[in-house]
Amino acid sequence: MAPVPINFDRVRKAFGSYLALDDVSLAVSAGEFLTLLGPSGSGKTTLLMALAGFVRPDAGRIRLGETDITRLAPDKRDIGIVFQNYALFPHMTVRGNVEYPLRLRKRPADEIRRRAEAALDRVQLLDLADRDIAALSGGQRQRVALARAIVYEPRVMLMDEPLSALDKNLREAMQYEIRRLHDDLGITTIYVTHDQREALTMSDRIAVMDGGGIRQVDTPQAIYHHPATRFVAEFMGEANILPAAALLGPAAVGSVMVRSESFHLAADGLPADAVSVEGRLKAKAFRSENWLLTLVLPSGESVALSIPATRAAGCAEIAPGALVTAHATATSVHPLGAA
Amino acid sequence: MTPALDADPALARDAAHERRFFLSLSLPALAVVGLAAILPILWILRQSFMNLGGEVTLANWTKILNSSLTWSSLQTTFVLSGLTLVICIALGTPLALALASTTQRRANLLLIFLLLPLWTSILVRTYGWLVLLRREGLVNAALQNIGLTAEPLPLVYNTTGVVIGMVHYMLPLYVLPVYAAMRDIDGNVLRAAASMGASLGQAIRTVILPLAQGGILSGSIIVFVYTLGFFITPAVLGGGKVNPIAIRIERTIGGFQDWGGASVLGVPLLVVVALIGAAVLGLRRVAGPRHA
Amino acid sequence: MLEPWSDNRVARVLLWSIAGLVFLFLMAPTLIVVPLSFSASDLLEFPPREWSLRWYEAFFGSATWMAALCVSLMLGVLTALIAVPAALCACIAMNRLGGRPATVIYGSLLVPSVTPGILLAIGLFFVLAKLGLIGTLPGVLAGHAMLAIPVAMLVLYPAINRFDWAQVQAARSLGAGWARAVTGILLPQLRFSLLTAGLMAFLTSLDEAVISIFIASGEMSTLPKLMFLSLRDQIDPTIAAISTLWTVLVAAIVVVQALRKSKNAS
Repeated sequence: MAPVPINFDRVRKAFGSYLALDDVSLAVSAGEFLTLLGPSGSGKTTLLMALAGFVRPDAGRIRLGETDITRLAPDKRDIGIVFQNYALFPHMTVRGNVEYPLRLRKRPADEIRRRAEAALDRVQLLDLADRDIAALSGGQRQRVALARAIVYEPRVMLMDEPLSALDKNLREAMQYEIRRLHDDLGITTIYVTHDQREALTMSDRIAVMDGGGIRQVDTPQAIYHHPATRFVAEFMGEANILPAAALLGPAAVGSVMVRSESFHLAADGLPADAVSVEGRLKAKAFRSENWLLTLVLPSGESVALSIPATRAAGCAEIAPGALVTAHATATSVHPLGAA
Repeated sequence: MTPALDADPALARDAAHERRFFLSLSLPALAVVGLAAILPILWILRQSFMNLGGEVTLANWTKILNSSLTWSSLQTTFVLSGLTLVICIALGTPLALALASTTQRRANLLLIFLLLPLWTSILVRTYGWLVLLRREGLVNAALQNIGLTAEPLPLVYNTTGVVIGMVHYMLPLYVLPVYAAMRDIDGNVLRAAASMGASLGQAIRTVILPLAQGGILSGSIIVFVYTLGFFITPAVLGGGKVNPIAIRIERTIGGFQDWGGASVLGVPLLVVVALIGAAVLGLRRVAGPRHA
Repeated sequence: MLEPWSDNRVARVLLWSIAGLVFLFLMAPTLIVVPLSFSASDLLEFPPREWSLRWYEAFFGSATWMAALCVSLMLGVLTALIAVPAALCACIAMNRLGGRPATVIYGSLLVPSVTPGILLAIGLFFVLAKLGLIGTLPGVLAGHAMLAIPVAMLVLYPAINRFDWAQVQAARSLGAGWARAVTGILLPQLRFSLLTAGLMAFLTSLDEAVISIFIASGEMSTLPKLMFLSLRDQIDPTIAAISTLWTVLVAAIVVVQALRKSKNAS
């Protein structure tokens, strides 16, 4: 089945006086893997649930391909969803869960069996097909939820923080598996998470949400290195937001953002247009793969430096209160918008 | 920037439709309770202002309020409820504490002995007490055998008998919320009290009972409200000599066919129950849903 | 929870002595009737000097008692069949609506539990007399169903609120209509609560006496009503036989439920 695009057109939803979705517009291309990223309460799950049909917008339109689905019942939308805590049916076996959507569609028995087994095989759970849900580990449940969501070849796939219940190692392995599954099936996918690393790793594009609106939509690299706003800059990783004058000379106006790992302690090997700041060391911490230093500038601002272990020679010896100069290439200094 | 769209009327209609659907799901239950409980209660209020010919009158009220039987039965009602409440608190609180102090597994087994009487017919239980408490009954025989009394004590067909029956009925209903509240107490709080030097008695007085007060309060309200309207127990174990409001109501109907008068007698019960209900709701709003 | 004071022997002994005496008090009236029901004498002597089954014969041989038993059993089953679905639908409505509507529905359905039975009985008498339903099956059934609805609601509402409603959403997203999702996903997982609610509704009806005394006359006389009338007149040992049968029934239900609960807990 050919992948379809998704269009949100000024979707609004208020819960009482709380505006959960503030006229959100977003276009997701056919076959794209798009992540909705934001803190809790930013509206990302509400937007997903509006697409799934479990939240009824107050205004706006949602289209799947050419079809307006805004008022369509959830069971008529043909959307596959992996829920946050999987929402597996505990009174059915693994196979029962995966066959359920096919049985609803009244497919012939042999087809149901064949397709359910194919889906289970795809997530490497075929040998556990007749287990009870209660007997599965968290990672296995996650796979059942995936198999159940893809088995009927829905037009679109939605995932609501699917990995949040898993431990770190399993989470990273599953990130690649989900992405691979997406690439195999070519299905348009919207993925919700509050974990920016997960979003950066998995997505074609990321839509950063805050306060019921989308603040920036772009590729992971662009979002990380060229955040549009201070909020996006800080949410995506350790960001130093400084007055432009502190780095670029007294003539510069506005704010700039420098990632803490963009700083170097020595200017050797940096291009000639590198800039620098000088401040006194306030605190330092060793974090296995890097050193984290905090400088206080004469103007009072703090600057966080993350120095990789490979070029951290001498870090251990710097005493608090010592004067430290931090260098950064001009390309790693990003002017920020007004917001 | 384009101006925000107005709320979509079609979407608002869908939302209202869904809401009506869920409201309609509650209709069968509301219809049964409305027709068979709420309407009848309102009817009692109405009937208390009606004479036999269906005219509006205050005659029922003046007649009933001027009868000394009314006042003595009101007094009996509150004395019975009060005594029952005091005894339930005195017996039920230690029992709840004992249950809460043992393992969940043992407590669940012991709870059977609480639930068994709770689900045994009130008539079966009343009958059992009648047999036990009679002049020639087992209790009197035992008391005489061990030499506590020479003569059989009058244990039934009087206030004693009625209170015993009422305590027996209400005790499980008192213990269950108190036990639940005590179960919820964090064991570390008690370990902390002990580490600071609290004796068991001090811990019970200053930690356990204050933390369980929500359960004790709701148990007490249940006991008081339920016993106000008790009918079977005083009718059988009171032997015609103990006459709370519920018995008075039945006599007024059975003996005099005076439905208007019986309705008047029911009104104070309704008022007390409604007041306590309102107080509980108010309390819950202030204190949050903490066993209140 | 009292482990920090486990060396306080006196307090433990005192606490469990009180508990033991209270349990004895609670069980005494139900236990005493069992031996009496097998007594050959009609004097209610204890312990009985001779044993017999004559009171069971008196019960099962009496057309009046048997008719009342049939009426009570039928009413119990019908009450459960009405109260449980009605309460279930109301609980789903409350869960989905939330807020003020849920509070209003909950409060209204609780009215029969907090109103003294005698008031419900005379009020219902007025209403049923107006409708000409005194002593009829619909009349008595309305009274029992009204009492059993809050009982069933108090069992089902916490269970429905505990239920993971994302499962219903999952079923909807997979293509199930609302009714299909509720019957296929919610109800099977609620089956133990539904069973408990049904049993409690049944027992509520079986045990109900006050309303029956006022409105269940003639052919609709229930077992508790006959027992009440018989107790008021004289202490008939037939009641001991009925009580024993009743206790066995209730004990079986309570014990099975308790065992199931402790099995689920472990």
